[in-house]
Amino acid sequence: MDEPKFIDIEGVEMVFHTRKGVFHALREIDLTVRKGEFITLIGHSGCGKSTLLNLIAGLLKPTDGVLLCANREIAGPSPERSVVFQNHSLLPWLTCYENIHLGVERVFGKTETRNQLRERTLQALALVGLTAAEGKRPHEISGGMKQRVGIARALAMEPKVLLMDEPFGALDALTRAHLQDELLKIVAATKSTVVMVTHDVDEAVLLSDRIVMMTNGPAATIGEIVDVRLDRPRDRVALAQDARYGEYRTAVLEFLYRKQAHPAKEAA
Amino acid sequence: MNAMLQPESAAPAAAPAPAPVRRPRRPLAANASTRARQQVSATAMKIVAPLLGAALLVLVWQIITINNSSFPTPLVTLQEAVKLFSDPFYSKSPNDQGIGWNVLASLQRVAVGFGLAALVGIPLGFVIGRVQFVGSMFGPIISLLKPVSPLAWLPIGLLVFKSANPAAIWSIFICSIWPMIINTAVGVQRVPQDYMNVARVLNLTEWKVLTKILLPSALPYILTGVRLSIGTAWLVIVAAEMLTGGVGIGFWVWDEWNNLNVPHIIIAIVAIGVVGLMLEQALMALARAFTYEQVSN
Repeated sequence: MDEPKFIDIEGVEMVFHTRKGVFHALREIDLTVRKGEFITLIGHSGCGKSTLLNLIAGLLKPTDGVLLCANREIAGPSPERSVVFQNHSLLPWLTCYENIHLGVERVFGKTETRNQLRERTLQALALVGLTAAEGKRPHEISGGMKQRVGIARALAMEPKVLLMDEPFGALDALTRAHLQDELLKIVAATKSTVVMVTHDVDEAVLLSDRIVMMTNGPAATIGEIVDVRLDRPRDRVALAQDARYGEYRTAVLEFLYRKQAHPAKEAA
Repeated sequence: MNAMLQPESAAPAAAPAPAPVRRPRRPLAANASTRARQQVSATAMKIVAPLLGAALLVLVWQIITINNSSFPTPLVTLQEAVKLFSDPFYSKSPNDQGIGWNVLASLQRVAVGFGLAALVGIPLGFVIGRVQFVGSMFGPIISLLKPVSPLAWLPIGLLVFKSANPAAIWSIFICSIWPMIINTAVGVQRVPQDYMNVARVLNLTEWKVLTKILLPSALPYILTGVRLSIGTAWLVIVAAEMLTGGVGIGFWVWDEWNNLNVPHIIIAIVAIGVVGLMLEQALMALARAFTYEQVSN
């Protein structure tokens, strides 16, 4: 955690020109992420948290401001900032193995032998516990397994930053908890820098070093940042008893439902 | 180069996943008699109804022939058909060949014209779908030429090739190419943005994007284009051959009309229908084999 400004976002503005007119999505975003830090972005729907993630990924270009990663401007998407998409986005005509291999081959294909590439792919599958699903196609496995393949694909490229867009959003609570625990273990082992979008308060507190809370759109910006000083490794059952866990949770809930109460979405 | 390193995941087309055909599950019938009754009605729908339709057609035909001596009865036509199909591959002279040769000659023209159209149309469709500028360039021209009857192009073919056979192939080429260009372009444009984002994040080469994402994703659309094309091509070849002459089922129909051999015309109509149906079914089976199940959460 020695590099204080591994990802550096300065004065970012994002304006979309749509058919319905101009939409000011993000304003005055300033954020730095340390190397090895786990950051979650949380906020109500439409607050532009996915937009911010896509900006870091390089899938979008900011209207104004700069984004740097390891002191270089983010000019476009790159395997060093790999993305786990919300809907996993596995290619349905490739097997789990081939889906992961596609990225591995692109990143390491020039420097490594075929056997090494195969080894990397199998390791990534083993990391998420899916060695048995190697030859299966995405429609043959469950939603949780697909999301794990998506994570394996992202991790297999040995990215500098792992970007996750509500990776567990579509999963049931038990599968989600299981994958969160796995993710904690993987991140501890790989010391990855992670930026994750979520709308789940417990998930944010459990996983993050810092929780970045965003104000409501349009023209959303960073409202507050909660520093989560809980010891790692974290255990969800033990944390449930921990007073500090409750405080962090309350702080996020306070922000989301008092300060940024979403009139239309309150019922949800 | 990359492809050679990785034979396991060669062309996705080489290892298609035949999508399992999902039938809506019938509610479990409580007693066996209901189930038996359902089965009987299903058989009735599948076999009895079509047979009844055919019988009705023959009956109407028979009634028409009672007061119309120039029109052959079903029985006469059937006898002629038996005679015709007992020796479909005779060849007495260039102008007197069996019906089998005529059908094959037509199929050959369709195959050549259609194959050339696929060779040009599918890559062109890819470029039009992928590069917006090229799409805007050719869009209006395609919209203008698409509704033109392929037979209107026949004189141009005769002028350029100075021969009937290439001119007929040329008509097939023209009529087959539009659906293939348009469907391929639409298929490429409709590749889900998610897949394209994957390609961008993985920073795939244009070749990998083509072979691993665009082609498999657009394949069902391309095959729809192919199916539409072959249907039109089979329609057009009969008309084109009537105009150009030579060996071929279209000219054969015209020749039999000049001989006033009406039973043969009716037989030819049925034969043309059967061949068209078989082409359509073959391509539908092909399309089914290459349709990937949409993956959802």
